[in-house]
Amino acid sequence: MGKTIAEKILSAHSGKEARVGDIVIADLDYLIGQDGTSGIAIDSFNNMGTKKVFDPSKIAIIIDHSSPSPNSGVSAIHKKIRDFQKEQGIKLYDIGCGVCHQITPEQGHAVPGDLIIGADSHTCTYGAINVFSTGIGSTDLAAGWTSGKLWFKVPDTIKVIYNGSLPRGVYSKDLILKLIGDITADGATYLALEIYGDAIANMSVDARFTMSNMAIECGAKAGLMEADKMVLDWVKAHARKKPNPVKADKDAKYIRPVEIDVSKLEPQIAKPHTVDNVVPISQVGDVPIQQGLIGTCTNGRLEDFQIAAKILKGKKVKDSCRLIIAPASKQILLDMIKDGTYQTLLNAGAVAVTPGCGPCVGTHNGVPSDGENVISTANRNFKGRMGNPNAFIYLGSPATVAASMIEGKIADPRKYL
Amino acid sequence: MKLAGKAHRFKQDDDINTDYIISGRYKFKIQDPVELAKHVMEDLDPDFYKRITKGDFIVAGRNFGCGSSREQAPMVIKYAGISAVIAKSFARIFYRNCYNLGLPAIEADVDKIEAGDQLEVDLNSGIINNKTKGLEIKIAPLPPTMQILLKDGGLVEHFKKHDGFKI
Repeated sequence: MGKTIAEKILSAHSGKEARVGDIVIADLDYLIGQDGTSGIAIDSFNNMGTKKVFDPSKIAIIIDHSSPSPNSGVSAIHKKIRDFQKEQGIKLYDIGCGVCHQITPEQGHAVPGDLIIGADSHTCTYGAINVFSTGIGSTDLAAGWTSGKLWFKVPDTIKVIYNGSLPRGVYSKDLILKLIGDITADGATYLALEIYGDAIANMSVDARFTMSNMAIECGAKAGLMEADKMVLDWVKAHARKKPNPVKADKDAKYIRPVEIDVSKLEPQIAKPHTVDNVVPISQVGDVPIQQGLIGTCTNGRLEDFQIAAKILKGKKVKDSCRLIIAPASKQILLDMIKDGTYQTLLNAGAVAVTPGCGPCVGTHNGVPSDGENVISTANRNFKGRMGNPNAFIYLGSPATVAASMIEGKIADPRKYL
Repeated sequence: MKLAGKAHRFKQDDDINTDYIISGRYKFKIQDPVELAKHVMEDLDPDFYKRITKGDFIVAGRNFGCGSSREQAPMVIKYAGISAVIAKSFARIFYRNCYNLGLPAIEADVDKIEAGDQLEVDLNSGIINNKTKGLEIKIAPLPPTMQILLKDGGLVEHFKKHDGFKI
């Protein structure tokens, strides 16, 4: 019987015939942590009695969640991380470098066929470039730092196929929101996704990252795609390691298929306070907006800002609104400056914050006030997510956020394209 | 392992996420787990921490602990004095994090457990005894890996004992 991508990557890294349901102990290719999780990982690592990490060249910590530090408590965590970096010789991406899930592939630490863990739930992002990458907690990360290994239960896989070509104004964000709305927040718990289809084949790598990033929002362990020519070219431009692309066998066994026809899809909106509370934009009604956010590990890439800039060029963010933009990395910021995207957005009234997680996690950079509605390109709209439990967060594509900024309410981007 | 205490339930039953368990606005600011634990479930039930007696249980529906990988979530539950979380199902990362910290995450049908019910949980026999209602509820069998981690008292202790994974 054939194997899925998950079975193949976990087999190759454990030296065993990894089949659905097996527990394997697998060798890790790269391990990341961020400033919200690495402090506890350092404590666990020290409590394990470990003196040295297994291989400093395979470990990075990225300071992105509260960056630069907004208070002395966070500063203490950042100092602890910097001290650990010096002591262990691992890689540190300090304030302003960007979000871990942009940095890891952009700086060449992830290549097709890799097995990567990260102490951040959106580590599944690199599935878009054929990496089995998954989020774990701080103590699992510490065990990885110590041994270079982690145990995995080999997941069953849902095969998702997006048929048809994308209509105007509909983007990868809308596709993944549609899936999450359909299968719900725990529709893929303990499972991997393999994502295919014509709509994917024609999509940029930036756009694919958006989809794999949100695999966790339906509970999935990984959101895997094949490494086609577009991916291999992208990886070649970023990585120093050799890729080992992995394809599923034709006779691989899936737990179930999910097919979505994208050709008639509208822009999608996730309403408060769960990511699976998804409706087509025509059904969202009249929702006044006070704050917009374009950025995060979901939609903070160059293409996302270019799409927003195209809509906002020569227009203004409505007076009743604030638009915050947070590029996912310093490189993206530089690219935005170079091609004029940055200036277009600032001229339209956007406010830029440090490359990183921005206001997504609710620690700084734009906490909404009581009763305010936010429209965001992020991946979560949980109550309190942006730092205020009395605010309401709606999720959509960069185009939808841009259009909504012009009108001061949730607006369909198709009329601006 | 035998545990006893009263059940706590929340106005939201399914999809209780890690932001509810411990909000991002606290998890960065406060490093002391004892202090952080005072904010457990605050956005869902502001007085929850005050109502906990050591040994009590959190009881919930589907997909408990969905969302972020923050280990502060099971950590605050443990430091708040909760002895186990009983739910219809758990999100994967939260589930792993619980056992890594030695906190049982128990899958069971919770329909016959109400807030305030006195429960006795026997992890060896796999039974929840609802003393208030006088009925027994079966626990889904614990996977062997989780039994090992729980017996060792979490992943840190497991590593100290075995100098690596022995599962």
